[in-house]
Amino acid sequence: MAFAYPFSAIVGQEEMKRALLIAAVDPRLGGVMVFGDRGTGKSTAVRALSQLLPPIRVVAGCPFNCAPDRAPCPVPCTRKDGRAGSRAVPVPFVDLPLGATEDRVVGSLDLEAALSTGVRRFEPGLLARAHRGFLYIDEVNLLEDHIVDLLLDVAVSGESVVEREGLSVRHAARFQLIGSGNPEEGELRPQLLDRFALSVEVTTPAAIEDRVEIVRRRDAFDRDPQAFVAMWQEADAQVARSIARARRRLERIAVPDEVLALGARLCSELGADGLRGELTLMRAGRALAALGRGESMTGKDLAAVAPMALRHRLRRNPLDETGSSARIARALEGLLSA
Amino acid sequence: MTAADQRWADALAAARLLQTLPFALGGAHVRARPGPQRDAWLAALRTGLGGATPVCRAPAGAGADALLGGLDLAATLASGRPAFGEGLLKAADGGVLLLPMAERLAPDGAAVLAAVLDQGRLPAGPAGGHPVRLLVIALDEGADDERLSPLLSARLALLLDLEGVRPGPAGVAATSAAVSAEAAAGALCRASAALGLDSPRWPLHALRCARALAAADARPLNEGDLALAVRLVLAPRAICAPAAAGPAEPAPPPSPEPAGGAPRPESDGPGAGSLAELLVESARAVLPPGLEPEAAAPTRGAAGGAGRSRGALQRAGGRGRPAGTQARPPRAGERLALVETLKAAAPWQAVRRREQPPAPGAQDRFRVLRGDLRTQRRRRPAEMTSIFLVDASGSAAVARLAEAKGAVELLLTRAYARRDEVALVAFRGTRAEVLLPPTRSLARARRALADLPGGGGTPIAHALETAHLLGLGCRARGRSPTIILLTDGRANVARTAGVDPMDDAEAAARAIAAAGLRAILIDVAPRPRAEGPRLARALGARHVALPRVEAGRVVAAVEAGA
Repeated sequence: MAFAYPFSAIVGQEEMKRALLIAAVDPRLGGVMVFGDRGTGKSTAVRALSQLLPPIRVVAGCPFNCAPDRAPCPVPCTRKDGRAGSRAVPVPFVDLPLGATEDRVVGSLDLEAALSTGVRRFEPGLLARAHRGFLYIDEVNLLEDHIVDLLLDVAVSGESVVEREGLSVRHAARFQLIGSGNPEEGELRPQLLDRFALSVEVTTPAAIEDRVEIVRRRDAFDRDPQAFVAMWQEADAQVARSIARARRRLERIAVPDEVLALGARLCSELGADGLRGELTLMRAGRALAALGRGESMTGKDLAAVAPMALRHRLRRNPLDETGSSARIARALEGLLSA
Repeated sequence: MTAADQRWADALAAARLLQTLPFALGGAHVRARPGPQRDAWLAALRTGLGGATPVCRAPAGAGADALLGGLDLAATLASGRPAFGEGLLKAADGGVLLLPMAERLAPDGAAVLAAVLDQGRLPAGPAGGHPVRLLVIALDEGADDERLSPLLSARLALLLDLEGVRPGPAGVAATSAAVSAEAAAGALCRASAALGLDSPRWPLHALRCARALAAADARPLNEGDLALAVRLVLAPRAICAPAAAGPAEPAPPPSPEPAGGAPRPESDGPGAGSLAELLVESARAVLPPGLEPEAAAPTRGAAGGAGRSRGALQRAGGRGRPAGTQARPPRAGERLALVETLKAAAPWQAVRRREQPPAPGAQDRFRVLRGDLRTQRRRRPAEMTSIFLVDASGSAAVARLAEAKGAVELLLTRAYARRDEVALVAFRGTRAEVLLPPTRSLARARRALADLPGGGGTPIAHALETAHLLGLGCRARGRSPTIILLTDGRANVARTAGVDPMDDAEAAARAIAAAGLRAILIDVAPRPRAEGPRLARALGARHVALPRVEAGRVVAAVEAGA
């Protein structure tokens, strides 16, 4: 059995970890974009997170990960027999490889069925497999344009419509899009960037001591994964419990009017485009509050999520060297002291 | 021992190490053209591999299909049942996968390999989830701007450069002191930092390599293992030359220290620091030539890490090459993807035969309908590269440079929609310098532009020659270059002494015109003068007089000319 690197053993990268936890608490939030150099533990963190989430219940044998209480499946879920039971499965974690073809992503004709029985049957693609889970795209800025368009469409509508090869299939595909990329290797199209609720920037740890610690831990994991995972089991379990607790509490977290007003003022001050920014601020702040102890979202929660919720939505002035994060920090300071 | 001999000895040591199948290392990225060195190295590798170890050779430019195995068209048609070919990855499981012409590896192939090396199993697909362990030996024959995908290269611990080595007998390894794993991790991190490698990925690869070396000889880790690991993993990737050791160390600049941070022996005991220094010294002989010490390259110190490598140049690994297929009939000028079309049609043959039986006596044919047609997608050929050639000489340089910088960034912000690239060459004193190789990345451009020096002579001829070469390079990659020259046209430095600088500049300009490279001359002379139009005529370029350069108007001129 392969062991995954434990989430709690990741050194530093606090903002990325916080963004991923927020996304785990509120699956409706809509994705995290992680910018950063190669080898900063982006993939490791995302993979590790999916291991921490409580299993979901799906209709047994359903290739679309349909929830039992939402049955019947909205689509010809061909592999499901009438009286299918349900079973618990780990939260789906699907890698979208760079070179993936359209067929692989949306699904295509089931060759086996077509050849052996002459029946047209739909073979679900990666989008179907990612339903209710995570769709992870490494190097999302290098993805082919036509695949990006396709993803955008599905991410907005929450369902995938396939009309090809004489097939006509419509199935739910709601997933958390987790992207990673290195801005040095090509910018991301703004339309796609806007789809991600949160964006974080990770950098190579500057302190030598941190790097040494990363190498030591990874080396220990390489040599004896089982012992290493066991060593971090309790810490990981604690994170898992806090996610589960925050999920239960999420709906009860109140958002006071003054916090909402603060968010609105912040967005207008920064000229962040659209309402999506405000909505994300509110949702992410609430999820953060749920992870903490309080009963309602505070200005502090808002300030903590503002950089990751707004950083990628600011209209950029190419001649202004000031980073988005610095602009957000400045605006926040002005508003909070006022 | 000379540097070339040392590299060969190290390469042989790497071959011996790979023979022990250290799967944790991922494999080796081998830079070498086909030739006696490479053959000798491959022979050394093969002889030590047992007969039972699979060694698979991938076809050049292998894509995901070839690696993972897919529908075997011939077998499927013959049997009427889907038959899947065994992919190269499965065939190479437990052994070695050789990738010749690795720089031509299709992007999807590189992505698949990277994922497999990361996760140790096949991605979802016909044989999804099957555990796979293999070493990838990527034989990279690329020159300059065509290199193995950084995605894959980053997963291969060893990097060997066999260009210019001289095959000879292997050296004898000296015995050395044992090292604890804790000390090794610290020393390798410091050695990486000294070579400008900030990502923890590299010291980790080096530690794995050192461990594998020790394990191959079944003895504890020693300093010799670490030194060899540094030469095989870290040194060939070095971004800056390590500061000179000893008391002759140059004083650090007054500016804030680069975030990478130089090794600081005092931070945790004298042992780790001095071991790191020892390792760096042992690697000094095999460092790539032309590295600058970190102090001389302040803009590179802060961000970057592994991703700094070559940026946009390596994107998608080539131009005008196939980039997947689309399910639609080809339009004018497009090509039919025959195999994909047949694959799409194959499963339907039984159904179609049943629904529309062939006329009695007529021969039954393979039936392809309109819906089966697949079109080969290719990269758009008309991608532009704007080469800015900026006069940084004289008194007006500072303002002019600031606006040129603005124009470059403005163009870049539009680049993601249009897939354009921008390059920047500045000239002053006696030479022109490529400050920004063609890129689409705003982040990279900002860093390169951060501090442009100004003042000095005006070597227009050399600048034009530099732009000429850049332009030809862009064209060879299938892009269409435009040279944008910002100057007042008053050349006063020639390429060779004794030649009239103006004549020399005109000769260089005519060479550009003869090569058919498009150019625009933006004349920034405060009052109209003869030199600007004269140079524009020689270039065959449009002459735009902009006495006060403004970023917005430069961009407008470029876009009108495009």
